[in-house]
Amino acid sequence: MVVDQVRSSDDVDRLFHALADATRRDIVRRVLQQEASVSSLARHYAMSFAAVQKHVAVLERAHLVVKQRRGREQVVHGDVDALRTATRLLSELEELWRGRVDRMEAVLADLDDPHRPTGGAA
Amino acid sequence: MSVVSTTPDPQALTLTLVADLAAPPVRAWALWADARRLERWWGPPTWPATFDSHDLRAGGTAKYHMTGPEGEVARGHWRFVAVDEPRAIEIDDAFAGDDGEPDPTMPVTRMVVALEAGGSGTTMTITSRFASAEQMEQVVAMGMAEGMAEAVGQIDALLAAA
Repeated sequence: MVVDQVRSSDDVDRLFHALADATRRDIVRRVLQQEASVSSLARHYAMSFAAVQKHVAVLERAHLVVKQRRGREQVVHGDVDALRTATRLLSELEELWRGRVDRMEAVLADLDDPHRPTGGAA
Repeated sequence: MSVVSTTPDPQALTLTLVADLAAPPVRAWALWADARRLERWWGPPTWPATFDSHDLRAGGTAKYHMTGPEGEVARGHWRFVAVDEPRAIEIDDAFAGDDGEPDPTMPVTRMVVALEAGGSGTTMTITSRFASAEQMEQVVAMGMAEGMAEAVGQIDALLAAA
């Protein structure tokens, strides 16, 4: 069964790789709040314009942001769907474990458990 | 609610779950150490697990299979990396082939289980770690057999953590 029918595993890898860098996460946070040009983004970081441009390109390949040319500027805005994908994968894993813990509790609570060890283990 | 917290970390590819179990650590340990108990909670209700072998010691292995609603069989393999009764177990959980041996082309999940006296009996902390996002997706896809609820987007939480 496929978790996400839209994105391939390669896409998901690119997504997590892109989010693994603090500067890139900060860029995503900013452009989700408000679109920004690459040059205005570059002013926030102690790195060259070219370096920021590279970060934006990584985010673009991961579908986290969309870049559009507007006149002389490149304007970046955030793509919320990609973040939803990452978050959903971890949420699904969490649900799996919540189910397991619920069943663990049922096993512990089951006083008629025929496999309960004798000898006062409890 | 016995799950105290869950901490997904998309950067580190880990999920950390802390649960409060109403039994002392020695009994909580038996959830992992006793194969007959283990198979009552490991597999989802629609995919019950049967442990065909279970050798709980460092370097030991366990082999299990889960049976799906249509009679499908999914095999799994555990390698016990570290065992510290009744406090901690570290397990590599792998998919297995028909021979019961780990399938080298499939993902391995490292699970670290810690049991400490606390809360209403035992505080259990489980950390699941994946080697890559692709592997995580494969494991989650297998877990989908349970028919998990549609998750709600938690973008704010992810961004706050970032």
